[in-house]
Amino acid sequence: MDFNDTHQEAAFRATCRDWLEENARLKGGAGNDQRYGKVDEQDFLNSARAWQKKKFDAGWAMLHWPKHYGGLEASAIERIIWSQEEAKFNVPHGVYEIGLGMAGPVMMQYASDQQKSRYLPPMAAGEEIWCQLFSEPSAGSDVAGLRSKAVQDGDDWIINGQKVWTSGAHFCDYGIIVVRHDPNVEKHAGMTFFFIDMKSPGIDIKPIKQITGGSSFNEVYFNDVRIPDSQRLGAIGDGWRVAITTLMNERLAVGDANGTDAKEAFEWAQGQDDHGQPLIKNRGVRESIADWYCQASGLKNTKLRTMSALSKGDTPGPEASITKVVSANKLQAIGNFGIDSLDMAGMLKTDDADVQSFHDAWLGSAGLRIAGGTDEILRNIIAERVLGLPQDPRADKGLAFKDIPSGN
Amino acid sequence: MNLDFSDDQKFLQSEARKFLEKEQSLQRSRSVLDTKQQYDKDLWAKVLAMGWTGIRIPELYGGLGLGYLELCVIAEELGRSLAPVPFSSSVYLFTEAIIKFADEQIKSEILPKLISGECVGTLAITEQLFAPTASNIKVSVDNNQIIGTKIAVPDASVATHVLVICKSKTGIDLRLVDLINNNCEVQDQDTIDNSRGHSLIEFNNANSQLLSNAGDGWALLQNILNQAAVLFSFEQIGGAQATLDMANAYAKQRFAFGRAIGSYQAIKHKLADMYIGLTLAKSNTYYAAWALLNDSTELEVAAATARVSATEAFQFCSKENIQTHGGNGFTWEYDCHLFYRRSKLLSLNIGSLAAWKEKLVSGLERSNLNSLD
Repeated sequence: MDFNDTHQEAAFRATCRDWLEENARLKGGAGNDQRYGKVDEQDFLNSARAWQKKKFDAGWAMLHWPKHYGGLEASAIERIIWSQEEAKFNVPHGVYEIGLGMAGPVMMQYASDQQKSRYLPPMAAGEEIWCQLFSEPSAGSDVAGLRSKAVQDGDDWIINGQKVWTSGAHFCDYGIIVVRHDPNVEKHAGMTFFFIDMKSPGIDIKPIKQITGGSSFNEVYFNDVRIPDSQRLGAIGDGWRVAITTLMNERLAVGDANGTDAKEAFEWAQGQDDHGQPLIKNRGVRESIADWYCQASGLKNTKLRTMSALSKGDTPGPEASITKVVSANKLQAIGNFGIDSLDMAGMLKTDDADVQSFHDAWLGSAGLRIAGGTDEILRNIIAERVLGLPQDPRADKGLAFKDIPSGN
Repeated sequence: MNLDFSDDQKFLQSEARKFLEKEQSLQRSRSVLDTKQQYDKDLWAKVLAMGWTGIRIPELYGGLGLGYLELCVIAEELGRSLAPVPFSSSVYLFTEAIIKFADEQIKSEILPKLISGECVGTLAITEQLFAPTASNIKVSVDNNQIIGTKIAVPDASVATHVLVICKSKTGIDLRLVDLINNNCEVQDQDTIDNSRGHSLIEFNNANSQLLSNAGDGWALLQNILNQAAVLFSFEQIGGAQATLDMANAYAKQRFAFGRAIGSYQAIKHKLADMYIGLTLAKSNTYYAAWALLNDSTELEVAAATARVSATEAFQFCSKENIQTHGGNGFTWEYDCHLFYRRSKLLSLNIGSLAAWKEKLVSGLERSNLNSLD
């Protein structure tokens, strides 16, 4: 056991670090919060674009990609080292993760060489932003229950229906979409996967106002939208299999619920008054902080175990499947703690950055427990894929999609 | 980057697991519980023959001179199989303290005998029905003679030696006492887990030898407990894994309403939560093993983090394993209660969960938040 990089890893880390120091500012100083939703959207997009382009020009944008698409052909461990180092710097994030994390791999696996050459480099360079169109009003956790229709018409497909929870659709150039081409067969067999130009005629995008007051998600309506058959990814009827690949990537892309953590709770408790004493002296608070610290370091050390496997060239175990369910719930608990610690004044919105971060954690965590797989779906995945427990009996098994009860 | 055991260590672990399975460690644990025998003499003899008691003892004294990680993997297997042997008392608590704090004469006399089993050691801390502190210890020493009563001392009935936390003129001392023909009376005590023996020891002017400096006893004790916490955490994650495996197997085989109970989300989510708790605890325990191996300044916080997570994981897994087994889980016949008992015992044996949470947070305060980055 040791936590040192190998010589090769250390050299790579130093290269990452040198470039980052030249091109970005370390976290910790004063400055803008570079998270999406914290500053004016257009300003934020501009700075995210600029940062992505800078990374692309130096090869860091999608460093594991082949060189001819703008990558460095880096190994999995190098990719982690890069992201560990980048995370120490105050750089914009929240715009490209879905496109690069989900559309990127699916295009890499299923698009033609010509399409890859056309779309992958601008995607990595941040010149074209991609979104993901899976969820629908009646297809959330059961995303295979989607009902947006695709009908073949010559060399095109005509799409009608509605998608929902599409992050960034209003500023995206392209999207990946899964739709139902045949409602007469079993539900998983009737889907087909495409990529789509988000500026196509017939697409109508409406922002969803979230409980935070912000609108990073959208409803996307399709009214006789045409997609050329050449933009089909995978065979007709293979949509579910392609989508599953993408969802696996999403779980890796979503990962940790960022935000205020055990450290911030601890520092806050040192400074906050509790009946004339620092709050950190309160035994109940100390126990809670111990619990959050154990969870936070448990996740951190679990990542180290994953890295250990990658470093040795092994496939990581299923440990990473616990990350989101633990971190999103921890975030919600810490947000609650911070607000409660202000007693009656906890209801007030203030300019204080710590108080704001508790409010953000309290509201935002409610969404993080749902996005990219709900707590419940993630527990099902752990139970079925890791522990090998049997699937639930299904009321839709063996039925043609059109015959499945929908509650309507 | 390598937060994992080496191939040799993994091999040692798999051999230990096979050995303990072949020797029916779990069934022996049940038999000790049923008969209140304190420990399994035959299994202990076989463990001694395996050389595990000498893993950390330097070669100079006849040991294997290996590091902590070999001991960690053995601890995980002892925990998984609820081995009814005085290993943890004699090795994690006593042997480690002798290696670190005893003088050369004591070391050369005792260490070889700890390997062979001629000597078995333990540690006596508790005296009353509340947590011991540096200011409430009453067992006292005067002119090397110890007087007073310790309770809940693990494996005292098989031990030949005991380390005693006692009050002296200078403060708290850590003292070595030979239990044989030395005015010590040992009475076995009934506990929530009689598969592991615990006793009361009455010291009536028992001769003792000071370890390290007079008055340093409480600090030495914290050092011993921080180290032992890592090893006990490995026992706890071994036990937690065993109960998760039991619950998993049962959930697949037990049918209700025409289907395996493991196909119900109520059971799936319960087992997923067991897996989550265990995974966090395991990762924290691995990290603490690294800190122990490297005598890191982070050991205090890392050990407390491992201890808290592993205690919670084992207690959670063992109680939910009973729940998954339904009525069968509440019978003496099923093994569920053996793990439930052991999880509670291990949650108390070197201080309560609340005490370790407090150690964790005060450790964070002292580390100036370095451990939080």
